[in-house]
Amino acid sequence: MTDAAAVPGAVAAQDPSGPLTTADGKPLKQALRKANAKARRNALLLVLPLFAFLLITYTIPIVQMMTRSVSNPEVAEYLPNTAAAIADWDGSDLPSEDVYAAMVADLNAGGRSTIGRVAARLNAELAGVRSTMMGAMRDSDEFQAPYKDALLADDDDWADPRLWKLIQRESRTLTPAYYLRALDYEYDENGDIVRRPEYLQVYTQTFWQTAWMSGLITIITILLGYPVAHLLATLPPARANLLMILVLLPFWTSLLVRTSAWIVLLQQEGVINDVLVLLHIVDEDGRIRMIYNRIGTIVAMTHILLPFMILPLYSVMKTIPPSLTRAARSMGATPLRAHLTVYMPLTVPGLAAGVLLVFILAIGYYITPALVGGESGIFISNLIADRMTGSLAQLRLALALATILLVGVLVLYWLFNKLVGVDRLKFG
Amino acid sequence: MCAIDQPTGDVLSLERETPGAAVKFDGVQKSYDGETLVVKDLNLDIRAGEFLTMLGPSGSGKTTCLMMLAGFEPPTHGEIFLDGRPIGQLPPHKRGIGMVFQNYALFPHMTVGENLAYPLKVRGLSKADIKAKVQRALDMVELSAFGGRRPAQLSGGQQQRIAVARALVFEPNLVLMDEPLGALDKQLREQMQYEIKHIHENLGVTVVYVTHDQTEALTMSDRVAVFNDGKIQQLSPPAELYEAPKNSFVAQFIGENNKLSGQVTKMVNGHCEVTLDTGAVVKAAPVNVDGEGARTTLSLRPERVTIGDTAAETTLGGRVSELIYLGDTIRARLAVEGNDEFIVKVPNHNRAVSLKEGETVTVGWATEDCHALDPIAT
Repeated sequence: MTDAAAVPGAVAAQDPSGPLTTADGKPLKQALRKANAKARRNALLLVLPLFAFLLITYTIPIVQMMTRSVSNPEVAEYLPNTAAAIADWDGSDLPSEDVYAAMVADLNAGGRSTIGRVAARLNAELAGVRSTMMGAMRDSDEFQAPYKDALLADDDDWADPRLWKLIQRESRTLTPAYYLRALDYEYDENGDIVRRPEYLQVYTQTFWQTAWMSGLITIITILLGYPVAHLLATLPPARANLLMILVLLPFWTSLLVRTSAWIVLLQQEGVINDVLVLLHIVDEDGRIRMIYNRIGTIVAMTHILLPFMILPLYSVMKTIPPSLTRAARSMGATPLRAHLTVYMPLTVPGLAAGVLLVFILAIGYYITPALVGGESGIFISNLIADRMTGSLAQLRLALALATILLVGVLVLYWLFNKLVGVDRLKFG
Repeated sequence: MCAIDQPTGDVLSLERETPGAAVKFDGVQKSYDGETLVVKDLNLDIRAGEFLTMLGPSGSGKTTCLMMLAGFEPPTHGEIFLDGRPIGQLPPHKRGIGMVFQNYALFPHMTVGENLAYPLKVRGLSKADIKAKVQRALDMVELSAFGGRRPAQLSGGQQQRIAVARALVFEPNLVLMDEPLGALDKQLREQMQYEIKHIHENLGVTVVYVTHDQTEALTMSDRVAVFNDGKIQQLSPPAELYEAPKNSFVAQFIGENNKLSGQVTKMVNGHCEVTLDTGAVVKAAPVNVDGEGARTTLSLRPERVTIGDTAAETTLGGRVSELIYLGDTIRARLAVEGNDEFIVKVPNHNRAVSLKEGETVTVGWATEDCHALDPIAT
């Protein structure tokens, strides 16, 4: 057969005895590289501005964020002598006179603001350190050797080995402390890593809540979006356009307008509750709370993220010829079976793209949970935003939380790539 | 021309126990919009084991007929019978009809083997049976080694063969083919025509084949139904279709045709005399005329017209306006009785060489080769 016979010939041409050369004997690959160099240079020049823009506004800030979330310069910078002297302390009993002398020297050398910063940093780990240090700083010019006794006389907290262990630990310039806090762990008095008391464990719980609510929202967008995308792909163009406008409508309305609309609908004195009461499905006292909680967040976010599921699905479904399901049916498959075995597998690239888009967008969502989430329906982003406006320690905690979120998303993306293959995705 | 490595009889053994099925369209009408009929009162009997081609220009209703037979479109009126059983209410998957689609419709996410196994799996056959039948089907189309490939890795011709094998693998009694060769180049198309014809001959299955390509229709079919305007214009074996077209549409659509318009002036002894619009009187065989006084269009095949034969039953004068050398024949365009596009195919032997452009010659033909058909506006 002609077409079958052509295949061995083509294979033979690709597998010559030696490397291919041009007419004047240069290796073909080298000649090709040279010929394409100019085009490559031009392409590089075209993307250079965007690359520089991304470097300055995206890559550098992210690197900054990650370094700041582990930075711990206070003790090393403002108590340099103490940091050097305490490095060799074995942690038993109390430090030697050298360490106390170094501390007094640092207290003398430091100003109010620098010692204040160290004191605040240490106070975050061990309550009461601030007053001990600030008190000692005020009295520091009167101290005489032996400084150990002088400091102990000034405040007997200086005899607390926990304080010195803390100073020794925090003299490292990098610390995992903010990450421990972000995962609800902390250092105990002996410097061991332990779980925080249960009533303080907010972050891991919020991380889980963010994950499962994003997952649920993704599932709901699939259930609602798949049939709509199918309808869009099979309708005649004129009507499909109209429907498409309806799908895109959420994109075109202001976020606040959309959210207020949901509040009007869902609040306890709102339209839906009124209708339910009117129909005697619930009584006046039993009005359902549907906003300022998880239900509010899920409903509003599903609405906003639905187009991100529908559009990639639609673009893939549009390319599936209707003759494929017809062929399946002509071969004896019921409509349902034809759909499940032929149509659905072909929509997987669009479905996977939609899942990736919706889930990753959802997991970092801020504004909607902030507006309609109340206290129970918040996402991790809301905690990050809240911590960002606090003290320096709170800011670093926020950065640690944000870094964990970023890494989490990257891990998910990697997993997704392993399972589905990102190169198979069709975003539109 | 016929491919050397044609599948031979022993390879072609899908071990059929049932012969082809008979199909009957009974007064079938179809409308999509409720305003126009795409298919008008279709009555057609397809015999068991027959290769029937529905031929016609696009929009003539042939594909709609096929879709109604497959079950993808319901008839608006009338009934379709399969082996005497009405199938109007039967969904496609219960009809057991094999189908080859225009662009093959192979499932891109399955291998060739899985594609072929699909109809068998749906029928709940055992794994061993499926494997054996798939292999036999692959052997039949001579692609035994390709079971593990994806359709996208095959050439157009190979995909086409797989599509045919898939429509046959579950041993249907009736196979529908919707312009299956439309996407292939000319050479491959000719080769596939023979292969499909041979598969049909070997399996005895009924084939209903839709095409707009008259060569395909003439080469492969037992009978051809020529569609136009939602109606069957003529249902005949290929030779009859060419030799004895029943109306002007068929004469025009199948092969080349010379037209001369005129009026029937006399009907005598099975032939008629027609006065052309230019005043000349010629004899013709009346095929589709209403009688004396009726308008008519005469149809003449270019190869039945002779040049310079003054002894022919009918002779007219003509002027040669163009000569095209085609090797085995010379194609002469003449102006004859007001028709500037009068084509004559002159066999390439010595006599023809003397023709010159601008020369006035005598054209002639036998009365039985000149068909008086229904008039068409010119």
